[in-house]
Amino acid sequence: MDKSLYKGIWIFAEQKEGILNGTPLELLAKAIELKKINGDEITALLLGNHVEPLADTLISYGADQVIVIDHPVLKEYKTIPYTEATVKMIKKYKPSIFLFGATTIGRDLAPRIMARLGTGLTADCLDLKLEKDGTLVQTKPSYGGNIMCTITIPDHRPQMSTVRPKVFTAIQAEPGRTGKIVLENIDVTEDESTQVLSVSPKETNGEPIDKAEIIVAGGRGIKAKEELALLEELAKLIGGRVAVSRPLVDEKWMTHEDQIGQSGNTVKARFILNIGISGAVQYIVGMQNSDCIVTINKNPAADIFHISSYGAVADYSELLPAIITEIKKRK
Amino acid sequence: MKILVFIKQVPDTINVRIDPKTGNLDRTGLKGVINPFDNNALEAALKIKEETGATITVVSMGPPQTEESLRIALAMGCDEAVILCAKELGGADTLATGYTLASAVKKIEDYDLLLFGRHAVDADTGQCGPIVAEFLNLPQITFATSIKVEENHVICERDFDDCIQKVKVKLPAVVTVCAEINEPRYPSPLGIMKAMKKPLITWTHEDMGCDTERIGKNGSPSIVREIFEPEHTQKDTIMFSGETDEIAKSIVDLLEQQHLI
Ligand SMILES: Cc1cc2nc3c(=O)[nH]c(=O)nc-3n(C[C@H](O)[C@H](O)[C@H](O)COP(=O)(O)OP(=O)(O)OC[C@H]3O[C@@H](n4cnc5c(N)ncnc54)[C@H](O)[C@@H]3O)c2cc1C
Ligand SMILES: Nc1ncnc2c1ncn2[C@@H]1O[C@H](COP(=O)(O)O)[C@@H](O)[C@H]1O
Repeated sequence: MDKSLYKGIWIFAEQKEGILNGTPLELLAKAIELKKINGDEITALLLGNHVEPLADTLISYGADQVIVIDHPVLKEYKTIPYTEATVKMIKKYKPSIFLFGATTIGRDLAPRIMARLGTGLTADCLDLKLEKDGTLVQTKPSYGGNIMCTITIPDHRPQMSTVRPKVFTAIQAEPGRTGKIVLENIDVTEDESTQVLSVSPKETNGEPIDKAEIIVAGGRGIKAKEELALLEELAKLIGGRVAVSRPLVDEKWMTHEDQIGQSGNTVKARFILNIGISGAVQYIVGMQNSDCIVTINKNPAADIFHISSYGAVADYSELLPAIITEIKKRK
Repeated sequence: MKILVFIKQVPDTINVRIDPKTGNLDRTGLKGVINPFDNNALEAALKIKEETGATITVVSMGPPQTEESLRIALAMGCDEAVILCAKELGGADTLATGYTLASAVKKIEDYDLLLFGRHAVDADTGQCGPIVAEFLNLPQITFATSIKVEENHVICERDFDDCIQKVKVKLPAVVTVCAEINEPRYPSPLGIMKAMKKPLITWTHEDMGCDTERIGKNGSPSIVREIFEPEHTQKDTIMFSGETDEIAKSIVDLLEQQHLI
């Protein structure tokens, strides 16, 4: 393979029902950093039906070029047509790097494309660096975050990654920024073997936790399910929502939608209060990018204190009622 | 109906360390177990077998000790096992693994449903299922949280980030399953006894007619450059101390400062 034929940084502009799904803007922010190394253009690949209006948004967040494939078959996400359309574009334009969000769609689609092209794909990256010669150095967790690996794809192109959501921060949009919009008219074959029967929102306790700005999180230190009411009350008073570490999901006190961590959701809150959580890596990777991290734990040696901005060594069953009383007094 | 389940043997704990002397993973004392999500795939297959009388072949690529995990799968109720084992298969990334697994499927010939775990807990990638689907040109459903077989279709609910998607695909197909899908069973003593008599076959890359350029290290575009233990940036934590009431006041001060009340 002649690597010199491959140029440019691509991101997959995931959208659902005409709305950009979080990660594309984060991927663009990272692409802007990579571009500083070798000046390669940033292209967003946008697939869907009636999605062209999103192209301007992608440009305002840093894309130099948006390639749009607007086709009725791409209206709804289906693996096989999306693979076909993306592979056609890769073969035509030959990007050197292709980033996807490590969302359901990204994790479903990227390996399929990588297999069709016979290249490498690194899953769930937490960091990406570009070397002068164009090698992408990808950092990914393994063993549930206990070990980190750096992975390269030296002799194959494109170098593909899925990137964990919420790890990079979108830049401020620059309205009116100009860029190229390319409409690609290609045939996309309908996949008759697959039928989407329905799409329904998940039942959640309020807003999705990955969008929550203010979180009150409880862990195995919470003694009984009823005690979660204390957390609910506090969350209500500060305009937040309750989330949990995994043991409380295993106990079925809350659902997987409420779980923070490696096998749950990544959050990036403005304020997060950890209550009765010890701070296992699998929990920490899901919340460490939050701004103000506050911890209440009765064990002064709990690891969670190391990543907290503020902490208190206390029994929550005494401290939470005292906090709630104090807030009510001041309101 | 014939179901193939793909399982990987992984260390029994993910609390692994790096040996500071060699810079490699310290594997001393680590026992191998079936990747937890693959137990969900096995359970899903066994339930379908109970309903439809399907037969189940369990397949794993790995070193000879992988046989232990395959015996457990047989004891749970699978009918036969295949271990893909040869020195040349070692050092494979997901592309080379996917190619090898797909080669095994082609040799098996007769199959309706291919079940995988959502990901293996050691490498954390979740790519093998879709890769095998691609090599065999099959439809796929990833992250399934429920599964039902209906004549020549499989219907799953799948985790679709903030939504649940219900999808129906034609068989043969690949499905990767989440932990929510079921509670895996344990092998019974009778199952363990029966397992000893069930067929467990070994195939090398040659038996499957693999292209040697596409297996093991040769067939792997990805290279691990370095492994390390993550550093957690230690913050200068400000600790609130005093009586409960004083701590509560300090925390509420902080909440005010953050404009939360
Ligand atoms: C593959 C894999 C994936 C995983 N994914 C996740 C994940 O996504 N999310 C996740 O959270 N975990 C995950 N885990 C589990 C993780 O390793 C830990 O077991 C888990 O995070 C521990 O939860 P915890 O901190 O709530 O409980 P514990 O570790 O039991 O900590 C409880 C804490 O509460 C404190 N406490 C007890 N009583 C009180 C009291 N009265 N007042 C104040 N403090 C008190 C204790 O001092 C202790 O620090 C995963 C594990 C594996 C193997
Ligand atoms: N060596 C292997 N042998 C058999 N199945 C495997 C192997 N590696 C991965 N798998 C299957 O692929 C799934 C995803 O693995 P991975 O892509 O490595 O995260 C696992 O849950 C298994 O079902």
